[in-house]
Amino acid sequence: MKLDAKIPEGPLAQKWSKHKFNLKLVNPANKRKYTVIVVGTGLAGASAAASLAELGYNVKAFCFQDSPRRAHSIAAQGGINAAKNYQNDGDSVHRLFYDTIKGGDYRAREGNVYRLAEVSVNIIDQCVAQGVPFAREYGGLLDNRSFGGSQVSRTFYARGQTGQQLLLGAYSALNRQINLGKVKMYTRHEMMDVVTVDGEAKGIVTRDLINGAIETHAAHAVLLCTGGYGNVFYLSTNAMGCNVTAAWKAHKRGAYFANPCFTQIHPTCIPVTGDHQSKLTLMSESLRNDGRVWAPKTVELAQKLRRGELKVTDLKEEDRDYFLERKYPAFGNLVPRDVASRNAKEMVDEGRGVGASGIAVYLDFAEAIGRLGEDTVRAKYGNLFDMYQQITDENPYKQPMRIYPAVHYTMGGLWVDYNLQTTVKGLYCLGEANFSDHGANRLGASALMQGLADGYFVIPYTLGDYLANIGPKAVDTSHPAFEETKRSVVERINKLLSLKGTKTANEYHRELGHIMWEYCGMARTEEGLIKAKGLIQALRADFWQNARVSGINEEFNQNLENAGRIADFLELGELMVDDALDRKESCGGHFRLESQTDEGEALRDDDNYAYAAAWEYKGDNQPEQLHKEELVFENVKLSQRSYK
Amino acid sequence: MNLTLKVWRQKNADTKGNFVTYKADHVSPDMSFLEMLDVVNEDLVKKGDDPIHFDHDCREGICGSCSLHINGRPHGPKQGIATCQLHMRSFKNNDTVVIEPWRAEAFPVIKDLATNRSAFDRIQVAGGFVSVNTGGVPDANVIPIPKVIADEAFNSATCIGCGACVAACKNASAMLFVSAKVSQMALLPQGQPERYRRVQAMVAQMDAEGFGSCTNTGACEAECPKEISITNIARMNRDYFTAKLFKEEEV
Repeated sequence: MKLDAKIPEGPLAQKWSKHKFNLKLVNPANKRKYTVIVVGTGLAGASAAASLAELGYNVKAFCFQDSPRRAHSIAAQGGINAAKNYQNDGDSVHRLFYDTIKGGDYRAREGNVYRLAEVSVNIIDQCVAQGVPFAREYGGLLDNRSFGGSQVSRTFYARGQTGQQLLLGAYSALNRQINLGKVKMYTRHEMMDVVTVDGEAKGIVTRDLINGAIETHAAHAVLLCTGGYGNVFYLSTNAMGCNVTAAWKAHKRGAYFANPCFTQIHPTCIPVTGDHQSKLTLMSESLRNDGRVWAPKTVELAQKLRRGELKVTDLKEEDRDYFLERKYPAFGNLVPRDVASRNAKEMVDEGRGVGASGIAVYLDFAEAIGRLGEDTVRAKYGNLFDMYQQITDENPYKQPMRIYPAVHYTMGGLWVDYNLQTTVKGLYCLGEANFSDHGANRLGASALMQGLADGYFVIPYTLGDYLANIGPKAVDTSHPAFEETKRSVVERINKLLSLKGTKTANEYHRELGHIMWEYCGMARTEEGLIKAKGLIQALRADFWQNARVSGINEEFNQNLENAGRIADFLELGELMVDDALDRKESCGGHFRLESQTDEGEALRDDDNYAYAAAWEYKGDNQPEQLHKEELVFENVKLSQRSYK
Repeated sequence: MNLTLKVWRQKNADTKGNFVTYKADHVSPDMSFLEMLDVVNEDLVKKGDDPIHFDHDCREGICGSCSLHINGRPHGPKQGIATCQLHMRSFKNNDTVVIEPWRAEAFPVIKDLATNRSAFDRIQVAGGFVSVNTGGVPDANVIPIPKVIADEAFNSATCIGCGACVAACKNASAMLFVSAKVSQMALLPQGQPERYRRVQAMVAQMDAEGFGSCTNTGACEAECPKEISITNIARMNRDYFTAKLFKEEEV
């Protein structure tokens, strides 16, 4: 199949307006004859479900959590970008577009990114109207702060809990539609598969997580708003339940998966302390405004620190290497996430890491406390310092934080066209689950923007065009495809439950995570990736032989839920490795050691790799087929990113 | 350290539950409480037993999923944190730890330590919103809000909906939860048009769900992981009485 991104013709700034006019509409009286399924209730899902219901469509919304409000968008800390230019500092839609496309290291579509920047301003208006309590100045107007990768202040925020407040806003809009009877909400339901009829998505199969009932649901269109797959690494800043299952099942039903190897490793997370660790906690990017990142100058000093023979506070100033300030005098500690992460790894690889494990560097506030006083630092970062002390039992006011990079976000996801439709007709993908807007690296405060842009301001327009074309003929689950799909879901569950080996699913997950982190993490090589591919294949085969899954289907069975998700990660991991192998260049978060500049920075190969890699599933244990969507840049000049 | 756990096990909503004793050995003080339970569960699965079920997700204190009653207190012995933020350094070698689900009629047990808190969703569905559609709203800076008001609304809005307030209350009252949402909207100009309608609708749903009444004990405030103030309850009562005495609307 030839990929058609359906990007409208014409000048960049007019593409979206023109496209909106050209899209077909569904007349108001006919909207109530359509049913739309929305899977996932994070920012993208909740905003889409509410907005579509407001238009008059009947919506069925699903989430695996016990409440739509608990989707992982809730945990986003920093903020949301919008080109409001309230600060009069030179921001514009074009500048936000440019920063985002450059920040993504020129691996995203111009048309999509421009639209994102364009609707960003509407998002803030919408959220404020809902009662989202953004930070304000004494004059009563909205406050902004700066984030990495831009030179203007365009980030709106609600203390360190912006994601929570935005999600509660979208959740309230969703609740209003539930109240009005336009949305039927299914909580504690997991999507197990997509049902396609003649190549078009016509419904889904779900499992009721409380009693195990396998149910089928029909609709005119299906929207997947199911988040990212960072948990393939086992340890990440994602919630425990975050998974790829919905997207992966759609992939197996014909939706291409794009740029799976593009993952974001966030530089400032609390380091791992032991094998029991279940997740990692982010320390907001904002800390790098005042914190200085350093490692001991020599391996000997690092060893003494690790063994406890030397206290960090006793280390002399001349024995400290502020490596980001040394290497990047222009940006210093505020280099983008990918650059900061790689440099921390370099220190650890050289043997200069600290903490008992030796896998950490310092983030030091002593200078800021000296300059601003402890009270000011507390006012700015108090909740983060408390969180750090809670977890590590160390006082960051008295000694530097230990930090290390961790998996945070996935830029890759299901391939979608300009209308957010996947390669399966009637199947749409929104938010982090799709691949469309962040290229090879996402800038801070852009994830919330994209989720809400897709849900509030893109899908309500683009979905109508498809629905108008297929017509409002009633849908039901009588087509044999529903029963067939349901049968395959039941078979797979039975297969999982029949596993009575010796290892828990969690143990496989941890091993997979080690492989992914080691060979498909912050630095990748051809040799390592080939090795990883073999290891993952062997691990997956072993899982289906020796794993142990407890209980039965007809009950609340968290062990079974988990095992199903891990089985999908074991397949996705291999595709990520394939994608990383194919892309023999470095770009953004994808760093191939073979492709770097003389100074050790990511070196792109625009002649050969300026494409989105869309992978087509070809059957179990078969190599996937690569389709290339060439990226055309008419409005920006591709250049080497430099932060020196 | 080595611990003895007394854990509430209950197969489903229809069966009677009971305490079962487990050993948790070689517990590291750096582990989180939930990670300690993960380790116990791994052993149970390997032995062919059913693991202990509990709700959890973000494990950083913001999603509100985790909900364990530990040694008689919601979210355990420390102030201002959710269960997932509790670490084992808060316990001593040879301690006995009693772990129960939230206890409230409106939060029936689903299995073991997981309860059904959908009553909270239904209260929000009844009126916890501002009736605006997507699009057609004014520019965000057209609505100036004094910083102190915005900050106070934010304080109310930090509620994570975990239900610890209900679990802490001897009456299983949900007043702290409901009043936090009512206050957020009542403080902000965007919430004014539906202010009195909202408080009536939400209180009516709260009562219908079977939550108890507030008798001003303050346990909810003491146990709230986000330290939400009972001032919110006073605000809600004021609005509710105003609505009932002077502005009653059909809801």
